[in-house]
Amino acid sequence: MLSEKHLPAFYALGALLLIILPWILTAADSSYLISTATRLVIFAIGAVSLDLLIGYTGLVSFGHAAFFGVGAYVVGILAFHNFEETTFLGFDGTLTGLIVLPLAILISALFALIIGALALRTKGVYFIMITLSFGQMLFFLFVSLEAYGGDDGMMMFEGRNILPAIDLNDRITFYYFCLAIFTAFFLFCHRLVRSKFGRVLAAIRQNEDRMTSIGIRPYSAKLLIFVIAGAGAGLAGALMANHTEFVSPGLTHWTKSGDLMIVVILGGIGTLIGPVMGAFVFLLLEEFLPIIFHELGMDLLKEHWRVVFGPILILIVLFAKTGLYGLIFKKEG
Amino acid sequence: MTQLFFEQLLNGLQLGMFLFLVSAGLTLVFGFMNIINLAHGSLFMIGAYAVAVLTNLTGSFFLGLLLSFPVVAAFALVIELLIIRPLYHRDHLDQVLATFGLILFFNEGVSIVFGRTPLFLNVPEALSGAVQITDTFSYPLYRIAIITVGLMVAAILWFIIVKTRTGMRIRAGTTNPEMIRALGVNIQALNTTIFVVGALFAGLAGGLSGPLTSVEVGMGENLLILSFVCIVIGGIGSIRGALLGALTVGLVDTLGRAFLPDLLGQFLDPATANGIGAALSSMSVYLLMIIVLIFKPTGLFPVARAA
Amino acid sequence: MKLKTLLAATALSALATAGMAQDALKIGMITTLSGPAGYLGTDVRDGFLLAIEEEGGTLGGVPVEVIVEDDGLKPENGRAIAERFLERDEVEIMTGVIFSNIAPVVAPLTLRAGRFYISPNSGPSQFAGKACHENYFVASWQNDTLHESAGIAASNLGYNNAYILAPNYQAGKDALAGFKRFFTGDIVEETYTQLGQTDYAAEIAKIRAAKPEMVFQFLPGGMGINFMKQYDQAGLRDEIPLVLAAPSADINILRAVGASMLGVQNTSHWNHDLDNAANVAFVASFEETYDRAPTVYASQGYDTARLIASALRATGGAVTADMDGFRAALKAADFEAVRGPFAFNSNNHPVQNWYSREVVEIDGEFRNRTTGIIVENHADAYVGECSM
Repeated sequence: MLSEKHLPAFYALGALLLIILPWILTAADSSYLISTATRLVIFAIGAVSLDLLIGYTGLVSFGHAAFFGVGAYVVGILAFHNFEETTFLGFDGTLTGLIVLPLAILISALFALIIGALALRTKGVYFIMITLSFGQMLFFLFVSLEAYGGDDGMMMFEGRNILPAIDLNDRITFYYFCLAIFTAFFLFCHRLVRSKFGRVLAAIRQNEDRMTSIGIRPYSAKLLIFVIAGAGAGLAGALMANHTEFVSPGLTHWTKSGDLMIVVILGGIGTLIGPVMGAFVFLLLEEFLPIIFHELGMDLLKEHWRVVFGPILILIVLFAKTGLYGLIFKKEG
Repeated sequence: MTQLFFEQLLNGLQLGMFLFLVSAGLTLVFGFMNIINLAHGSLFMIGAYAVAVLTNLTGSFFLGLLLSFPVVAAFALVIELLIIRPLYHRDHLDQVLATFGLILFFNEGVSIVFGRTPLFLNVPEALSGAVQITDTFSYPLYRIAIITVGLMVAAILWFIIVKTRTGMRIRAGTTNPEMIRALGVNIQALNTTIFVVGALFAGLAGGLSGPLTSVEVGMGENLLILSFVCIVIGGIGSIRGALLGALTVGLVDTLGRAFLPDLLGQFLDPATANGIGAALSSMSVYLLMIIVLIFKPTGLFPVARAA
Repeated sequence: MKLKTLLAATALSALATAGMAQDALKIGMITTLSGPAGYLGTDVRDGFLLAIEEEGGTLGGVPVEVIVEDDGLKPENGRAIAERFLERDEVEIMTGVIFSNIAPVVAPLTLRAGRFYISPNSGPSQFAGKACHENYFVASWQNDTLHESAGIAASNLGYNNAYILAPNYQAGKDALAGFKRFFTGDIVEETYTQLGQTDYAAEIAKIRAAKPEMVFQFLPGGMGINFMKQYDQAGLRDEIPLVLAAPSADINILRAVGASMLGVQNTSHWNHDLDNAANVAFVASFEETYDRAPTVYASQGYDTARLIASALRATGGAVTADMDGFRAALKAADFEAVRGPFAFNSNNHPVQNWYSREVVEIDGEFRNRTTGIIVENHADAYVGECSM
């Protein structure tokens, strides 16, 4: 087991690995896996943003996929109108990344502001349920958007967003683009939780009542972090839409919020890097467990791999109290 | 029109009583043991499968229902001992993750054993047909039976909780867990009992739903979310809250589906009204919950919990 | 790359008799095996593999290797598998997709990579119309035609009005639109239900009050089972008859609903009792191999494999090595489909017969009995929008 002293070295090694990954995969004649790696990195952005709420503020949001979906729909709807040459509320559609991506962040932040303002009136389990409800409402809203394919969702017929000098339709470029955004977001969160604001959040998590009694209003701090987390998820959603070139209400389904939550808990809450590992392990298991069982000749389990995956989750909860992070690092102090 | 409205009210009431059966166990476990059990829906499914299999085996729905109780209880006992017990003093988050793992396990397990095609289970002869309420209006007997069972469960629970020693302990445990421990009550045994009883309610609800709905993998998940909505609206831990929450959700959902599109049709053209009406009625229970929580952040009947 | 496949293809035809699996033509099957809808994918796969087994590991005399993977009904998983199949395994034919929200992810990737996409089930409208492609084939049906046939059947049965309902999502709306396209009577009311709804008491009460001559519903899977059980219990089955499309009356649904569906009229492009040699052989062979009755999905998987076989036989095993030849051979559809007459329209979607069926009880089992042909050589409504 490593000590937390080794964290910087661990980050550096992880970053190096992610940077040289495309070369390794290309050399191993498996460049198709770059696309899987891209998905991991995007999903990790969503997981890190949720960790800000669950791990650092003690706000268990069960509707985080809603913002993921909003970000994706901003990309999808603008691409749709660009293809159809129609307008949305008077605005032209566009694929221009410099407009689309910031807009996706902004609009998901706006949704988070409205939802957070209402949801943060509740606490504990009630907060879990109210965020779930908002997520469900957005899901049904997207399902009923007939113009945008309803439940079937919509394709981005003209490919990914366009940026000056960066060709997102190139697989390796897109991977590095997502990796850069992930790194920036991760470093931002890393600074954030160690800032003065981060200490306010920690105080809220530990004892909200005391905060109130010494005259700090936790509500606005909680709302701010909720908006930041929502914007982060929206950014991840916008990248995911670009990745699959397809947007559907399934992105906002409550099971997707559940996936995000599981990834954060699995990795270890309140550690940022834990949820990243959680995201990697979760998606890799999901993608490769069936294949592993197939290779082992256990074809029954290939189709029914969840019967193994479920108990793995349970075992991790029962025996690794601080998730994957706790398996690797010994907490100091 | 009044007759249709009355029928829809009755439909709402029936859905509400059914949701109460699922919610009662959830709220007990949640309120007393402070455990979020996502696998409650799996116990619902296990109940339905047990009843379907045992009914087809014995040829009698009632016998099947009766025999399903020990099956569900056995599953609940194992789950409690192996997985829930170590999680008593853990974070809600851990409980969510572990019981989510249980959902995956049971869903796949059932589909390995029974395949993915739904099982057959029909209304028993004795409860089929309809009751003539007025000259022009009849209502399916089976749905009346569900309302009756719901009322019975509510009455029994009320009796146990308000009139018995165990009930007193449950109430004490819900409001002040420390005290009940200090009083030397065997909390472990009480916890296990409550978990099994809660599971039995879920299993009963599943078994009763079998003749009305498709007995299939994952059948409990939509209901799980709905019953969470019920107990949250009512106030977690309160049986009375679960009952009122369930009835409210049942009525809002049914009446929304029945009348919203027509109502909107008064102002909008039929196609738009249909679309918006359907979307709104899908959202109605969630909207309801959000509105309740904005004004009453701990539900309609909060259980006072000592800090 | 081209050279490599060319060499492989020549080697293939040479080794065809030897049947060496490692040099076999690779077919990728991305399908839905897990979750409640998993039986659709299972049956498509089993039907497909049956055709290969009957030929001793070959299709049209060409050794094939089918790689099957479960998309779990998630578009992102579909994409990951598709990329793996196209690049790692270099599959030349992609098939298996069940649902209309996986197809828009898998099909464009496949077509962009210059391979063939042959659907055994889902036929979403955009690929039949504006987004049609020369290498995209549908061996089952264009989605709307399932419901168009129900509309024609309802008109033929002489109903003057209908109450129609479907879940509030795209496939549901398409279904109702398809039904209305050919139904000559009036629509009493159109109701959209919730996705995943379990209780239909409110809708059934509305139907009773509206007193239509008939009801058409498209509630796939468990939702349909719930509706049918409750509809019968409300005593409406004998009062207001139903006309359904194939997905609402497959054998698994009949088994789960039981007597509550007795006498229900429905339509399909295939039934187990269709009297043609290919079908008689298929039903017997499927029951013997898998010890269960084939569903319509199994028949589609089987027909898809046999369609591919006919084209492979014509080109001697060349697929991407002879794109034009394989495409033309597919388009010719020179095989005995178990559903009877089958041809491709200019948009590579089927032109086929639709049959009327009725649910009957045979030896305590509920099965569909074919009662006649509703419409011959029916084509989809989008072919005009396709530029091919």
